[in-house]
Amino acid sequence: MGKMRFLLPLAIFLVMAAFLVRGLFLNPREVPSPLIDKPAPAFSLVRLHEPDKTLSREDLKGQVWLLNVWASWCVSCREEHPLLVELARQGLVPIYGLNYKDQREDALGWLQQFGNPYTASVVDRDGRVGIDYGVYGVPETFVVDKNGTIRYKQIGPVTRDALDKKIIPLVKQLQQS
Amino acid sequence: MIRPAAIFLALSLSFGIAGAREAAPLAEDPAVEKRLNKLAEEIRCLVCQNESLAGSRADLANDLRREIRGLIKSGKSDKEIIDYLVQRYGDFVLYRPPVKSTTYLLWGGPFLLLVGGGLALILYLRRRGTRVRETPLSEEQHARAARLLEEQGGERP
Repeated sequence: MGKMRFLLPLAIFLVMAAFLVRGLFLNPREVPSPLIDKPAPAFSLVRLHEPDKTLSREDLKGQVWLLNVWASWCVSCREEHPLLVELARQGLVPIYGLNYKDQREDALGWLQQFGNPYTASVVDRDGRVGIDYGVYGVPETFVVDKNGTIRYKQIGPVTRDALDKKIIPLVKQLQQS
Repeated sequence: MIRPAAIFLALSLSFGIAGAREAAPLAEDPAVEKRLNKLAEEIRCLVCQNESLAGSRADLANDLRREIRGLIKSGKSDKEIIDYLVQRYGDFVLYRPPVKSTTYLLWGGPFLLLVGGGLALILYLRRRGTRVRETPLSEEQHARAARLLEEQGGERP
């Protein structure tokens, strides 16, 4: 009994401390998406480079594809952009861009300046498709499988780590299935 | 002395203008705005996570208010609108998380703590009750106590 008097508070303290320390390393910005393992929301939007043509979700069925939400006003998009350009050069998986709430001229200029990794970009002028995809912090990147199901969502810029450890292995695995 | 006053005047005027602009949508349809505001108080803004959708000035919050306004006008019920948001952003958008298997601890935790604390208190009081035993005074001790009190000259508290 005498020992317990001191050990019990210490144990409670240690448990609380463990939770708090874990909390320090969690990113509160990363809200788990309810869209994982759900069908990618439908869209049919005008293409950025060919405004007279549209692109819809149905056009992309039967292949694994990435959807990268980007904008010329988005600072962290510049951070991830070289990685996307590199990924596109490897030709592993087509990257489609969702140009989110942007001006056409700005977007085109931005791609000219930093390189265009996108097989095609579509224009989400008023952010409606972004809302359907639960976008709340650009950039965001989705991995969509052959059946059009969302399998992974990267919130914030794509990092080398996320690319090598999660996105590329997942894409390869999905392409084989 | 005039200058600070002028600055203050300019500032207060500019706030007045900003306030007037923000209030403009209210004039559109007071009933819709009232429902929107009531709903938006319950929804978390995902960009600035400690603000409600009603209070946030973030771009996304504006867009979501616009969407909700559209849904209200198209005759959707509050539940349908909440479902629309949860489908896209998850339970996290709700300030009141739904009661389900993953949130039982969240909802029940405080009551568990209350019950646990209550039990601990009862146990503690019982144990203390047995530890502090009443020890009646003997005849001799009573007499001595009475003597001592008298010596004090009746200065009883």
